[in-house]
Amino acid sequence: MSVSTPKLHVDNLSMTFRTPAGAFPALAPISLSIPQGRFVSLIGPSGCGKSTIFNIIAGLIEPTSGRVLIDGVDATGTIGRVGYMLQKDLLLPWRTVLDNVILGMEIQSVPLRTARERALPLLHRYGLSGFEYLYPSSLSGGMRQRAALLRTLLFDTDVILLDEPFGALDAQTKLQMQEWLMALWSDFGKTVLFVTHDIEEAIYLSDELHVMGTRPGRIIASIPVHLPRPRVRTSALTPEFLTIKERCLELLDVNIAVSAQVNKAA
Amino acid sequence: MAIQDSPSLGALADIGVPPQTPAAGKPVAARSTRRLPAQREWPTWALVTAQAGILIGALGLWEISARAGWIDAFFWSQPSAIAQTLGIFFTEGDAWTDISFTFRSTIFGFLLGTTAGSLLGLSFWWSRNYAAVVQPYVICLESIPKLALAPLIILVFGIGLVSKVAVATALTLVVSTLTAYAGVKALDPDGEKLFYSLGATRMQVFRKLVVPFCLPWIISVLRVNIGLALTGAIVGEFIASQHGLGRAILYAGQTYDIALVWVAVLVLSTLAMVMYATVSWLESVLRKGVRQ
Repeated sequence: MSVSTPKLHVDNLSMTFRTPAGAFPALAPISLSIPQGRFVSLIGPSGCGKSTIFNIIAGLIEPTSGRVLIDGVDATGTIGRVGYMLQKDLLLPWRTVLDNVILGMEIQSVPLRTARERALPLLHRYGLSGFEYLYPSSLSGGMRQRAALLRTLLFDTDVILLDEPFGALDAQTKLQMQEWLMALWSDFGKTVLFVTHDIEEAIYLSDELHVMGTRPGRIIASIPVHLPRPRVRTSALTPEFLTIKERCLELLDVNIAVSAQVNKAA
Repeated sequence: MAIQDSPSLGALADIGVPPQTPAAGKPVAARSTRRLPAQREWPTWALVTAQAGILIGALGLWEISARAGWIDAFFWSQPSAIAQTLGIFFTEGDAWTDISFTFRSTIFGFLLGTTAGSLLGLSFWWSRNYAAVVQPYVICLESIPKLALAPLIILVFGIGLVSKVAVATALTLVVSTLTAYAGVKALDPDGEKLFYSLGATRMQVFRKLVVPFCLPWIISVLRVNIGLALTGAIVGEFIASQHGLGRAILYAGQTYDIALVWVAVLVLSTLAMVMYATVSWLESVLRKGVRQ
């Protein structure tokens, strides 16, 4: 970690929702510091406030307390500072893939022609050539996620938030998409904050992972991943990978008895 | 866990599969089997012939009954007389004036009601408070039989074209409003979230997300509205008018010119079908334009 200011700094962020039943603490004060160009994952059970953190960083909701700093500048409650990819691809069915991908630029008032010219080579390079002028309805799940991710990238912010982008994909496609995302990340050097339920995915992709707990949502452990890059699938068989995985399973309390049995059998 | 589960699974299996061990001596009842009942489809010419046959048969029966005196031709008229009146209506009568009058009131009412209604429905997206305040009034307006207000509308707007347009508008406006509002309510909040995360203004969200998303809803109501607009125009003419097919029907009825009633109804139906077909075509074109 460098001494310079982190790209994204989340400072004592907390969120309490007021419900008819009383105050509901969704997020205990949380602090995160992510240097430029890092890939950091958040894993945790449902309802641990992962999406709440994302919504706050993206400026879509105001935190009860705390600040979001981007490059050391207070960005709390301002929209359009980070690229945010939600769980659903949210491609607009009435726009072609190309016009979907340039949505961010269009909203930022980049002239359409310029935006399209910038997007086309990327569509070609990242596996969407031949799909540019098709409508999203004719794309497979994996292709749709690619388009949604390119839309996020082309919005051209340094920080990108990815909320379970591969959650709905089948196992095979998911693996392909992880490779694809790695290629993209190393090409663009963005700072990525990634949410997933999938422990292996988190370890495989990340430089660091934060395990979260519930009620209230908080970070219960931060685990650096020192596996060398570029990573290969067999990295998942190395002792270091397995150690991290076991640690995560313990922290998340994913049926420890069962995993112990499996380990013994293996 | 697994050991605990197995007895209950076994019990379930017992319920699902009843014991099938017939006594050795008992003969098993013969299973009744038959072919899948299939329906053979007629060729197109046969269907068309059957359809035309019904029409010709009905008209023929009508004519014969009238000539034979089985039905009173004064009240029922007869196809031959209607055909004759039809000729007169178009050559010597006010056919084109009436058609054009009814057509114009319908189209203006349709356009005005659909446009204003859709805009009103879409406007509810802008403010939840405003929508909450106005909504009960819109629902009230929907439940009022608008045609009951027609005499009042005629009184206010006079007996000319404007009052017919007003009735047609009143009928179509509410339907469009509610349909467009249904579209607004069906909007995925995550879609708005995406736009805002990209730094969009409210206007950008409205123009680039809300309007295109709701267009299929708005389009889906066009066919209903053209029918409603025509109804509104005709009722307006029934109440007070100097022109129009509705007025022609009323006038003919009051003067016991039953053949003319049938002629006006026939022309009106043709007009309705033409407009319906046009709007259906327009709808299919628009649907191709806005993919959903």
